[in-house]
Amino acid sequence: MLLFFFMVVTKMKNNEVKVLITPPSATEAAVLENKQVTTYLYIGKPVRPDIYGSGVRVQLNDAFKEASEIPAWVEEEKKRIPAHQTDFFTVSIKADKTIKMGILTEVKQSLREANALKIVYSANKGKSIGTK
Amino acid sequence: MPRQKRAIPEINAGSMADIAFLLLIFFLVTTSIDSDKGIAIKLPPKPDKTQVLQKIQERNIFEVLINSQNQLLVEGEYMEVSALCDAAKLFISNKERNPELSESPDKAIISLKNDVSTTYGAYLQVQNELKRAYNELRDEASRAKFGVAFDDLVKGSEREQEILTMYPQKISEAEPEDIFKD
Repeated sequence: MLLFFFMVVTKMKNNEVKVLITPPSATEAAVLENKQVTTYLYIGKPVRPDIYGSGVRVQLNDAFKEASEIPAWVEEEKKRIPAHQTDFFTVSIKADKTIKMGILTEVKQSLREANALKIVYSANKGKSIGTK
Repeated sequence: MPRQKRAIPEINAGSMADIAFLLLIFFLVTTSIDSDKGIAIKLPPKPDKTQVLQKIQERNIFEVLINSQNQLLVEGEYMEVSALCDAAKLFISNKERNPELSESPDKAIISLKNDVSTTYGAYLQVQNELKRAYNELRDEASRAKFGVAFDDLVKGSEREQEILTMYPQKISEAEPEDIFKD
């Protein structure tokens, strides 16, 4: 019984995260309703700085990309989801809490350019600094 | 030589349990029920050249600035993040009809501006506090009107819609050009 449960539930990770991410925590973090229409975008410092350098990078699917390449990627990702659900297309931004807003603003602008307006700042549910 | 009828050897099923157990452990380890949580935001559409700028009354704007040191300046005054939620609630609801605060909750607009080197953690902190202010106000209104928590209202129902129109979440973020200019 248990065996079958876990066999069904297990989903192999399809893309490896190549950046170090310590997500921020927020008290108002809500569970994402529809995972099918969600794609992930990672921002952080590479796990292996010896190969990828120590600067903050943006990871789309499996590769490091520049913020300017986001619109093309969004187009590609939108094809993946059913046509009647394209309005619900959501980009979940998983970013390290220490990154600067400069790079995030760039990413946000590119997403606007690509007309991917629904975004989620991924965060752990938990105490934030504000609620001491 | 007469062919002897050979009995079919039985398969040893004793190790079945072991195999199943091993598989169970394998799947147990590899499973990651990743529950993705986060703060949902809707970005404004691309700026339109033909867009007419609406004049918004000064009293309806709640200005929040975050500098490069992650410090807050709210309505021209320094503020701790922990005080932001209450200040925002006071501004949005304005139950005492203070002429310096918003006219009504649906007219209140929160203007958020951050520096290039503000950290993402601090920025999200502020987003979280503002969201909390709205969530708490909606919850209060829902309890006062219908006697149930806002989260317990049926999704997409009229009641939910009523609360949402009462307290629409209007958080406006500055265009990057405006940020990088100064």
